Amino acid sequence: MIEMLSYGFMRNALLAGVLVSLACGVIGTLVVLKRMVFISGGVAHTAYGGVGLAFYLGVNPILGAITFSLAASLLMGYIQRKTRQRPDTLIGVMWAIGMAIGIIFADLTPGYKADLMSYLFGSILAVTSTDLWLMLIVDVIVVVVVALFFKEFQATSFDETFARARNLPVDLLYIILITMIGLSVVMLMRVVGLIMIIALLTVPAAIGAMFLKHMGKIMWLATGLSLVFTTGGLILSYFFNLTSGATIILVSGTAYLISLLVRRLCKRCPE
Amino acid sequence: MRQSLSNEKRFSGPLVEITQLNAGYDGETILDDINLNIEREDFIGLIGPNGGGKTTLLKVILGLLPPKKGTVRVMGESPQQARRYIGYVPQFTVYDSDFPISVRDVVRMGRLGPARLFKPYTAHDDAIVNERLDWVELGDQKDRALSELSGGQRQRVYIARALAGEPELLLLDEPTISVDVEARTHIYDLLHKINELGVTILLVSHDLNVISSYVKTIGCLNRTLHYHGEKQVTAEMLKTGYNCPVDLIAHGLPHRVLAEHEGR
Repeated sequence: MIEMLSYGFMRNALLAGVLVSLACGVIGTLVVLKRMVFISGGVAHTAYGGVGLAFYLGVNPILGAITFSLAASLLMGYIQRKTRQRPDTLIGVMWAIGMAIGIIFADLTPGYKADLMSYLFGSILAVTSTDLWLMLIVDVIVVVVVALFFKEFQATSFDETFARARNLPVDLLYIILITMIGLSVVMLMRVVGLIMIIALLTVPAAIGAMFLKHMGKIMWLATGLSLVFTTGGLILSYFFNLTSGATIILVSGTAYLISLLVRRLCKRCPE
Repeated sequence: MRQSLSNEKRFSGPLVEITQLNAGYDGETILDDINLNIEREDFIGLIGPNGGGKTTLLKVILGLLPPKKGTVRVMGESPQQARRYIGYVPQFTVYDSDFPISVRDVVRMGRLGPARLFKPYTAHDDAIVNERLDWVELGDQKDRALSELSGGQRQRVYIARALAGEPELLLLDEPTISVDVEARTHIYDLLHKINELGVTILLVSHDLNVISSYVKTIGCLNRTLHYHGEKQVTAEMLKTGYNCPVDLIAHGLPHRVLAEHEGR
């Protein structure tokens, strides 16, 4: 354990786990309660197009990921709300197109491209201090915005029609939320890779929602769980020499299945 | 315990004035040539078949759906401006009954509004929330999770939420659609009480049998509206082709709401 902490990259990785957990807990709870899991997956995968393009242009991939992720968030959010015809189909198509763009630009880029894979499957061990600063900034934005609009987000998640009838800026709140999802997706991409983002964004909040009846408390529990999953997964991957992103996801997945089981058993027995 | 009505009390015309309204979605007309005045302190029950435009009419009054033709004024203002005078109880089916939230937090939503952004709930808000929960006889349930309540209790929570905004007008969309008979009676008793406190009520339902004993006036809505500000379902309302719930004739009505006419 002590030996593990002696590596600088390990310390960075553990710190990254702490930082992403906060965004996961807070944004993940809203994603789960507002039923935006699919759209979040779409945003994550479309962002890969940005990573590929950034590689091709020789700029920082995070820049490309943020650009694509925010553009995809806003476009998908628009589609989800304004299109009457099968928004999930349109989002699914964008999801695939984003991935395809990323792969084609990777093909067009000469030279070594192994790093592109790290965006697919995550590379928490390669997190730099710049990444950590970016994560901290996203955390601050997420926590401040959600704290400011907590009661409004609660109202629009629970009953949007009523929120609109109370003259709340429902569409603006939605845009703010989906922008935060886009930012969170980019930071999670570093840790577990875009393919597995959905799991880390939804599992802690979903477990929280199984056992708690207050949105704020679920956010705290989800943050805690997410911290346990990332740290636990990281330690397991270190000792068994496994891919860290996948190990983190398997730890969360196992916890989710156990929670489902506990929940079922609890329903049968009288409290 | 009369409700502290808001400052706008000086407005003396009908609460809602709808003239020659035509509304619907995309190319489809759902409401055709609707004229309706809602007088203060009335308790209107609008009946009509599903798909007859009941929910659409409520959405137009709330300014959630712009009319295609005609005008809608609420307290002399446009529906969007006047939303703050209206309490809305949407149809039961729109909620996720598993949503993690306490009864108190649901009712507090009735206090929200653009002026409340960046401001936390105050003691004054909570005093009103508690009072409204007492009105619907759920004062002792405010710390419970919504998901633990029965369907009828939940519906009362939504009524309390709508009342928390201190509305002049309460709009209810099928408030008793999925609750048992006992809870239904309870809800109508409460609405009757709330109406006596000075809140005007417009209730839409496909179930005339129940509402007839509580409302002050009845109308019938199925694309067009038959409403004369009276508590009688006229033969005209039920005319063939009009398609109002004819099965109500078959059941014994609790109170006399059918007008006499030959051929019965």
